[in-house]
Amino acid sequence: MAREQFCTFFVRGLFLGLEVTCIQEVIRYQPLTVVPLTPPVIAGLMNLRGQIVTAIDLRHRLGLPPRGADERPINVVVRTPDGAVSLLVDEIGDVIEVGDDSFERPPETLTDDARALIRGAYKLKGRLLLVLDAARTLDSEAAN
Amino acid sequence: MTDDMADVVREFLGESRENLDQIDLDLVALENSPEDGSIVARIFRAIHTVKGTCGFLGFTRLEAVSHAGENVLSALRDEEIAPTPMMTTVLLAMVDVIRGLLTQIETTGEEGQGDYSVLIEQLTMLYRGGTPALGSDAAPAPATAAPEPPAAAPEPTPVAAPLPPVAAPTPAAPPLLSPAAAPAHEAAPAAESPAGETSIRVDVALLDKLMNLVGELVLARNQILQLTGRTGDATVISATQALNLITSELQEGVMKTRMQPIGNIWNKFPRVVRDLARSCDKRVELVMEGESTELDKTLIEAIKDPLTHLVRNAVDHGIELPDRRVAAGKPAQGRLLLRAFHEGGQVNIEVTDDGAGLDAERIRDKAIERGLLTVDQAARMTEREMFRLIFLPGFSTAPKITNVSGRGVGMDVVRTNIERIGGTIDLQGTKGAGTTIKIKIPLTLAIIPALVVASGDNRYAIPQASLLELIRLEGEEAVTAVEMLYGTPVYRLRGKLLPLVYLGDALGQPAPAGLGDPAGGDPPREPEVHIVVLRADDRQFGLVVESVHDTEEIVVKPLGKHLKGVPVFAGATIMGDGKVALILDVLGLAKRSRVIAESQERARLDHAVAVATVDGDDQQTMLLFRSPDDGRMAIPLSRVARLEEFPRTMLERVGHELLVQYRGEIMPVVELASLVPERRTAPRAAATPATPAPDDTGPVQVVVFSHDGAHIGLVVEQILDIVEDSLANPRPPGRPGVLGAVVIAGRVTELLDVEAVLRRAQPGAAWAEASAAAAADELATREAGHGA
Repeated sequence: MAREQFCTFFVRGLFLGLEVTCIQEVIRYQPLTVVPLTPPVIAGLMNLRGQIVTAIDLRHRLGLPPRGADERPINVVVRTPDGAVSLLVDEIGDVIEVGDDSFERPPETLTDDARALIRGAYKLKGRLLLVLDAARTLDSEAAN
Repeated sequence: MTDDMADVVREFLGESRENLDQIDLDLVALENSPEDGSIVARIFRAIHTVKGTCGFLGFTRLEAVSHAGENVLSALRDEEIAPTPMMTTVLLAMVDVIRGLLTQIETTGEEGQGDYSVLIEQLTMLYRGGTPALGSDAAPAPATAAPEPPAAAPEPTPVAAPLPPVAAPTPAAPPLLSPAAAPAHEAAPAAESPAGETSIRVDVALLDKLMNLVGELVLARNQILQLTGRTGDATVISATQALNLITSELQEGVMKTRMQPIGNIWNKFPRVVRDLARSCDKRVELVMEGESTELDKTLIEAIKDPLTHLVRNAVDHGIELPDRRVAAGKPAQGRLLLRAFHEGGQVNIEVTDDGAGLDAERIRDKAIERGLLTVDQAARMTEREMFRLIFLPGFSTAPKITNVSGRGVGMDVVRTNIERIGGTIDLQGTKGAGTTIKIKIPLTLAIIPALVVASGDNRYAIPQASLLELIRLEGEEAVTAVEMLYGTPVYRLRGKLLPLVYLGDALGQPAPAGLGDPAGGDPPREPEVHIVVLRADDRQFGLVVESVHDTEEIVVKPLGKHLKGVPVFAGATIMGDGKVALILDVLGLAKRSRVIAESQERARLDHAVAVATVDGDDQQTMLLFRSPDDGRMAIPLSRVARLEEFPRTMLERVGHELLVQYRGEIMPVVELASLVPERRTAPRAAATPATPAPDDTGPVQVVVFSHDGAHIGLVVEQILDIVEDSLANPRPPGRPGVLGAVVIAGRVTELLDVEAVLRRAQPGAAWAEASAAAAADELATREAGHGA
């Protein structure tokens, strides 16, 4: 049985995960520079130690209602072939190891928005870990 | 020795030293593995290069020595003789002699009078000694490399009489070499600047990395500067100043490492010009000035093709045939001058020919012929404006297409390429006397000076290269100086109208209250107005910003792929406080704000707008098009974002909507016929052959409107003209979708209700409703005004 490690986080109550190997780092809230004329899913630009990183609002990406003005998101910085991209999440969870025997494809009844991004779920004790498809989540075309 | 020669010699010295160092290593390596043919081959090549070059440069002694060595090596390589320790010694001695000669040449420019006949003789003997006798003796030698002298001495013995002189040198090789070697060894420490040690080859990637690091350092420096500004501590301040200076020097130094003389790309032009002139039966002299002007390597690459194009153009179109030149009283040989120099932090490049010059009339006729200009507009153009027409796509004045130029792709590409690297191109000329093309490009692209401005909560950097001047309006002036020209704010800059763009508007952010009222009633209410006068293309416009900060050196960083599609930003940078600021792409901003329209419509639109502007605000510029029932319709040009043509097949019907893919987005398209109820009766329609039935595959003309960043297209039958006229005495509308009817250009023309188009494309959109109401008010106001 193969085991895999996931970096987990919460977005509006959803328990989500990405493969640990594609995560560069997790950092606390950073001030963002808003980029006008871009779709709302682009939250802005941030300075990550001299590197300019685009931040994508995962709430918006998943079609969820926006975060309240007083809620500060956390940056999950994801490595991509075109440089780092940050995903804004509500809260960060642990890195957990799961076995692939508990994995299941998403049910057909999932909404279209979410279906495109969620690869499937790991059935953990008491809750479900939804695994995001990193490439699709960060796909600029689809995001726009 | 001329400078050129000196350069060649210096290069030769540097290169030879590298070669000699390698030979040293290889000779020793050869001793350890004598069977390795690749080492011999490498040594041979190296010495061969030295020999070839010094022969070319006329260093006969050096040539003689290296020639003798080459013979030995060639025999070795061909396995005619086998390597022996003695051979290695002699060859190493030869390397030392050559090195000594090189130093001599470097210090005195001459080879000196040293006598190397003994060494040459030894080498010759080794070469000739490639006999079986020598070979058999040599065989055990490598195995016992150390006891060389005893083995060496008897070795040549059987060969020939000159044994004593040869045998002697082997154990005493260094003394033998002293005539040449001694001065060399003395000179080396004294001069301590052999060419081989002052230049090294460095990987370009390493330089790029250094450049990036310096960029980071500049950012950190900017942050420190900002922090120390707040403290009063003298030691911190002085340390910061030192850091500041050193960083600037380091930045300059690293930038210099990437600099290359423009001569590197110019040096292929003599050949290009010669070949081209020959094939056109012309005589052209190429003169180059300022070949040593340096600019960044990436820029050198970027201007290579545009420059080649300009040079070819000058020879092919500019310079006339010899007999015509003589007839015009000019020398039969044409002159093409390439000039480069630094000025004001920019590199200037000029391409000047003394040929026929540009013929403004021919350009004008061509432009009219191609529908880029109306006769009327052309008559009002200055000569310089006409010259600039050649930068439009698809424009060529060449009477015949040659294999060189005249295909109509060219100057627009040149201009695009130059502008892509932040440069400008201009053209001057006198008919009959020649043409000068002036190019200005920045020294580098990585770190640029920029003006930082603010709009809303964001700061933006504007590259200094496009900045012309700053205007600050205060108090009363701030209220009155910005005037409205049918919804377009303008400012009178030294008597000329400068179109204004509000940065907040252009970026789709809500403008401060009171701005941009199309009726022209409310001027801006701010007590201060900051206008940044920018140059985009050959046009000026004013960018109204909330506040103007400092100028700063900024490090340009590319935007991630998610943001590539936004044309108004050229990149991003990190400011002194660590926050990210976007760099405005002035050209993109101008295009977005319609200061410059795109493609071929540019000349038409801009000129029409300019004319309207000059004539005063009673006049309006209207876009005329044919209505579905063969009537005329008009809309204010100021409402039009662009005029486009799509193949009909690109229009796709989805549900009830007609859509077209446009600039990476889906644009809803409204057909005029569906908007305006048909007025005429069927028989009349049949009797009117003037309107061609819409071709199912042919192109359709689309008027593009934009609002809040979204585009909406209107398919019209045919775009007729752009005219300016006063909209006096409108008649009430006769059908829905029309605001009224007026006389434009002598014909009754219906004014299309633009808002109806927008409403149709986006039913229920609040903005459309709101602006429709505003437009209705506006027409009512006008009506009332004209009626009174």
